[in-house]
Amino acid sequence: MIERDLVIIGGGSAGMSAAIAAYDAGLTDILIVEKGRQLGGILNQCIHNGFGLEEFKEQLTGPEFMTRLAVEVKKRNIPIRYQSNVLDLTKNKVVTYSNAKEGIVKVKAKAVILATGCYERSAGAIQIPGERPSGIITAGTAQLYLNEMGALVGKRIFILGSGDIGLIMARRLTLEGAKVLGVSEIMPYTNGLNHNIVQCLHDFDIPLYLSHTVTKTYGKSRLEKIEITEVDEKFNPLPGTEKEFEVDTLLLSIGLIPSNDLLKKLGLPVSKARGAIVDEHYMTDIPGIFSTGNVLHVHDLADYVAAESRSCGKGAAAYVKGAWNLDSPSFNVNPGNNVLYVVPHRVRLANLDDHLTIKFRVNRPLKNQVLTFTFNGEVIKKIVKPIIIPSEMQKVRLPKEVFNTQEGELIVSSEDRT
Amino acid sequence: MKELICIICPRGCRLKVDDNLNVTGNLCPRGIIYAKTEMTNPTRVITSTVKINSKNAVRLSVKTAQAVPKAKMFDCMRELDKVMVEAPIHIGDVVIHNICETGVDVIATKDIEE
Amino acid sequence: MIDVIIIGAGVVGALIARELSRYQLKVLVLDKENDVGNETSMANSAIVHSGYDPVPGTLKARFNVEGNPMFDQLAEDLDFHFGRVGSLTLALSEEQIPVLLKLRKLARLNNVEVKLLTPEEIIEMEPNINPEVKGALFAETAGIVDPFNMTAHALENAVDNGVELHLDEAVTAIAENNKDKTFVVTTNKASYQTKLVINCAGVFADAIAAMVAKPDFSIRPRKGEYMILDHYSPDLVNSTIFPLPSEKGKGVLVTPTTSGNYVLGPSSEFVDEKDDLATDKATIDYVKKSVLNLVPSIPFGEVIRVFSGLRASSNHGDFIVEEMKGHERLINVAGIDSPGLASSPAIAKFVVEQLVSKHLTLRNNPNFNPRIRPYINMKALSFEEKNELIKKNPRLGQIVCNCEKISLGELDDLMSRSIPPRTVKAIKKRTRAGFGKCQGSFCQPAIVKYLAEFYGVDLTDVLYDKGGSNIVKCSTKECKI
Repeated sequence: MIERDLVIIGGGSAGMSAAIAAYDAGLTDILIVEKGRQLGGILNQCIHNGFGLEEFKEQLTGPEFMTRLAVEVKKRNIPIRYQSNVLDLTKNKVVTYSNAKEGIVKVKAKAVILATGCYERSAGAIQIPGERPSGIITAGTAQLYLNEMGALVGKRIFILGSGDIGLIMARRLTLEGAKVLGVSEIMPYTNGLNHNIVQCLHDFDIPLYLSHTVTKTYGKSRLEKIEITEVDEKFNPLPGTEKEFEVDTLLLSIGLIPSNDLLKKLGLPVSKARGAIVDEHYMTDIPGIFSTGNVLHVHDLADYVAAESRSCGKGAAAYVKGAWNLDSPSFNVNPGNNVLYVVPHRVRLANLDDHLTIKFRVNRPLKNQVLTFTFNGEVIKKIVKPIIIPSEMQKVRLPKEVFNTQEGELIVSSEDRT
Repeated sequence: MKELICIICPRGCRLKVDDNLNVTGNLCPRGIIYAKTEMTNPTRVITSTVKINSKNAVRLSVKTAQAVPKAKMFDCMRELDKVMVEAPIHIGDVVIHNICETGVDVIATKDIEE
Repeated sequence: MIDVIIIGAGVVGALIARELSRYQLKVLVLDKENDVGNETSMANSAIVHSGYDPVPGTLKARFNVEGNPMFDQLAEDLDFHFGRVGSLTLALSEEQIPVLLKLRKLARLNNVEVKLLTPEEIIEMEPNINPEVKGALFAETAGIVDPFNMTAHALENAVDNGVELHLDEAVTAIAENNKDKTFVVTTNKASYQTKLVINCAGVFADAIAAMVAKPDFSIRPRKGEYMILDHYSPDLVNSTIFPLPSEKGKGVLVTPTTSGNYVLGPSSEFVDEKDDLATDKATIDYVKKSVLNLVPSIPFGEVIRVFSGLRASSNHGDFIVEEMKGHERLINVAGIDSPGLASSPAIAKFVVEQLVSKHLTLRNNPNFNPRIRPYINMKALSFEEKNELIKKNPRLGQIVCNCEKISLGELDDLMSRSIPPRTVKAIKKRTRAGFGKCQGSFCQPAIVKYLAEFYGVDLTDVLYDKGGSNIVKCSTKECKI
């Protein structure tokens, strides 16, 4: 069987950044397995701006951002298998993949990084009532048809979900000649960045219906009409508030879910963020199997994916070199008041360089908050936040010194400022 | 009276601008500048695709190298419709020079070798 | 002159066509849809019932009990997935136990083996079942089947053995000629003269029969709404779980599928329109509540799709498998609701051997081959076998649907057969490409491109399902609003 020090599953923002960092940390025997024809993953179809401000201090489009990383990967001559799909991963890190040229290949790795990104929640997952004609499509798929194949999926569009992907596509489709009749969002607040609300909706006078959801779809072959209805705080439709729109396309932007099939196959537990449970170096409970990027938890910026995956790549290199003690004591990190999830979930203090980065999201928009970090009952850090929203991932650096012991529990919460 | 959301920082102040360009609702001076610019000369960067003749790709992603007047966005999109590019092409290559008399070039944002 | 026209290419029409192809007969199958098995046959619970619960003496009891054991050979000949996972009918309270005992009596009358299990035995078999369970009837011959490929492969075998199939062709009139004992069947495309007509038109069977004469039955569509769960481990349930039956039917069940998913449903309500397939919140909520009663830990966060199907329920309360009175050369095979799927092989045999034989001489077709060419199923092969095949055909190593791991080579195999799919949905039904958790959001564009290339049409011409269900409107550089 072929052997590799490190196999990285996925060559997008996460996989590339992890590869570069692992290589630069001295682990040079790497193989990237990528299912597409090119590196970059979803960035290839994200032709809009908004990438690179953190990583490169420049405003870049998705393809430009991914090219920066791809150039670094190729400079290091890291082997890549394209149009290759991973079929299996075992607990002892045997990766089985398939492609046309090599057939089915088994590789025994010392470390594996899962960097497989995420997929879009489907209409069936939220059980949208009504008929199921063509024309009901997720925003990312419409984006793929448009930006890669040059095909417009519809001419009269309604968008469900005010997340950034839906907003970006509202603008994109309008510029390409479609009419976007509205966006509905089930929450009383929007999920998208203000920047996108302004430049994707306000710029084109596209109405946003907060606290509304799609309650019926009509059409035998192709979508003909949709009905949206206002909802109460418990998300129950309020009778009498129905509005109908004659459209041929319902674009779904209702959430991203980590593609964690391999986790399920390994019998590993899944976190509140629907990704793996990991330690301070993004390693799962199986020594040598790591997870990073959108498959770990959905990020808002590819820049953050790159930063996290660099840490993961470094971590994988250190693991393979036997640089740390897996048996050293650890403390758990858990979400507290108003916090939806935290990453990482477990920390071996002895393995940290000089700081710990905690990432988390609050579970609803909040004002006048104090982000509170409580370690074994004692508050070790407070950060004042005038405004904090779920769609903005929070990143906080805690210096190693603030932890006075290696075991116990760190709780991350958001409290009202008194 | 026009209502705007400021996009300079995540606070997203709700601004109000009157016909004399007096701005209220901002929590910092950058909001005033933003509101005045939006009212007098709003500009946008356009990101889109053009047709390309290449082995594997039928579309090339492009962007305007700087922001263009918002009012010219749809005209620019129609100009982009007319373009057919030949591979190879690289990031930064000019695809349309001075689009719609804006003084701004449209450049490729992807490398397509063949 | 055609010998037999079969109206309806669902599972019943497909199996009858196959039975007829054993003989030297000219057979034509007509269906208004653009794919075989595109209505009731593709939207059901996919259960091969054991046959213990139909009323003894009815056709339902007879054909279900006869049909069930035929599945092993049929699945082998026609290369479709079938598994005898068994079924458990649960009593969730002490008051329900007498009903179980009544069902056991029924089973005895129908000659079907069932076993009454204690709560301990049930929980051992199915640890995730409602711990309040008081008893269950276990029928070990019950099974699950892939209804899409059962129908498609049966018809592929029929076509390979000489049957002609016309899709996208709707029957508009049937004129009987008593003098020369023929019918003229007119469709939206042509007219055909035939000796016999077999009506397998599902929810439209009464309308078809009425083209000849007023039928003595009527078909009322009964809608069932379902949810599908993603592949889930550890196993939720191993066999099909039923509640006690009621006058509405067998009830809302939880069952594994041959594809490694779980199906929850169906509901049961009569509808007026014969194409009313809309799902609604109240019914879905009712299905959710019902299945929680059987398996309290159902993870609704794993639901990937909602769908609905229409059962062809007749006002006779039983299958209608008979010559039409006064018009004996029209054979009605109607009202095939539950246990229709399980009964279909036995119905087909009966129709041909007992009814068609009264009108036509059944001379053996010496070229009849009961087996289709086995489909390449990469997932079932060993590491070495896979690589042998990929060396000869690299496209078998090229995965197009990443959720379900379907290769381009497997698509090619399907398209090379006698009934190649024409739509994205048809490919989905046969290969499962697009059936996974992302529901085609990653692979649908590639499948659309594949179909466009195969049929030499534009991307904009490719359909999702029925006519008019195009997926893409136009090329971006040619669209003008």
